Amino acid sequence: MANVSRSPWLLHYDGSSCNGCDIEVLACLTPVYDAERFGVVNTGNPMHADILLITGGINSQNASVVEQIYNQMPNPKVVCAVGTCACTGGVFKECYNIKGGADTVIPVDIYVPGCAARPQSIIDGIVQAVALFQKKHEEMKSEKK
Amino acid sequence: MATKQFIFVLLYIVCAPFIGGFLDGVDRKVSARMQGRKGPSVFQPFYDVIKLFQKEPLVVKRSQTFLVMTYLLFMVITGGLFFAGMDLLLCFFSLTTCAMFLVLAASFTHSPYASVGCQRELVQMMAYEPMVLLTAVGFYVATGTFYVKDIIGMDMSAIVYLPGVFIGFLFILTIKMRKSPFDLSTAHHAHQEIVRGVTQEMVGSNLALIHLAEWYETVFLLGVVAMFFVNSNPVSYVAALIVVLLAYFLEILIDNVSARVNWKVLLVSTWVVTLVAGGVNLTILVLMHR
Repeated sequence: MANVSRSPWLLHYDGSSCNGCDIEVLACLTPVYDAERFGVVNTGNPMHADILLITGGINSQNASVVEQIYNQMPNPKVVCAVGTCACTGGVFKECYNIKGGADTVIPVDIYVPGCAARPQSIIDGIVQAVALFQKKHEEMKSEKK
Repeated sequence: MATKQFIFVLLYIVCAPFIGGFLDGVDRKVSARMQGRKGPSVFQPFYDVIKLFQKEPLVVKRSQTFLVMTYLLFMVITGGLFFAGMDLLLCFFSLTTCAMFLVLAASFTHSPYASVGCQRELVQMMAYEPMVLLTAVGFYVATGTFYVKDIIGMDMSAIVYLPGVFIGFLFILTIKMRKSPFDLSTAHHAHQEIVRGVTQEMVGSNLALIHLAEWYETVFLLGVVAMFFVNSNPVSYVAALIVVLLAYFLEILIDNVSARVNWKVLLVSTWVVTLVAGGVNLTILVLMHR
């Protein structure tokens, strides 16, 4: 069984949020945290991505966008909701245009709470997502057999 | 002689992906250190390619896989011809064919990002092709042969006659290796204004094949750099190796200290360097030979 966990490529999508989590996600790539030492690359292309990081809630306009991004990612893939807004809708939950967290449109595997989520907890979430990525890969392989 | 050639070609086909991948890993490590980061393992490119082969094959059109495979095949042929000591012109024409197959593969899906990437790739080809041809012509004028095995068998290194052509070739090396400031069509770095450019729609194993082809290409291009220095004296091989490593480090350094330029600056600067460094060098050589 190939070890795919050494090369997790991320796609980062920011829904309707205050951009706090957005900035914290990018902070993970800075020299202080340097997520690339685990092989993490922030790709920007859903077709190359293994892990989808969503920050911010889902509104009626971006629901179809998030769905399309998810569908463009080849299997095995993992979705990680970062920040309270992406987990539940957060402070925007009661707004007329907000559907709620990311799990209202796509299946979410890992939830990273926090407002804003700190880089340490985001990296912890990514590490768990990477373990799940490996597990899903193994499941996919055994299904093929 | 034939067995020796065969061994060299076999060595290239087997070892080039490992050397190219390792150099790519060193590139990422050195880049990270230049930016004050720890950086990934030097074997990271291999982990990436292994993972890409495991991903679900998602292709918009199946024939894209065929075009990507042809790209890889022609890249192997290019390097194979070179390391067999064959005609340098043939190598360069084969290299151009490779680039065309990459453009075809990328333009196949009509993705807007990939299409823009293709147009930029074509502009890049327009920029570097004159210098590639001048390099071949330069070797012919300096040594009287296009054959790689005869060029490296001379008593004097070609660099003595071709310093300008060497500078011009180093300049286009930045374009061929997709290094900033000339990484217009697709970049090795995470983000670009056209996302991934030509590799936008390539998923899983297709992208892995592109990576493999790039590793073959790196080894071939560094081989051409080495050809400027190698002569019949065995010591020149050591000198060539040192120059190749220095040239590779120079590319990483340029990549890290410069910002991406637009296509006009790319085209004008490359043609100016081609004309001034390559053209003047060739003119002097031709006049001296009279």
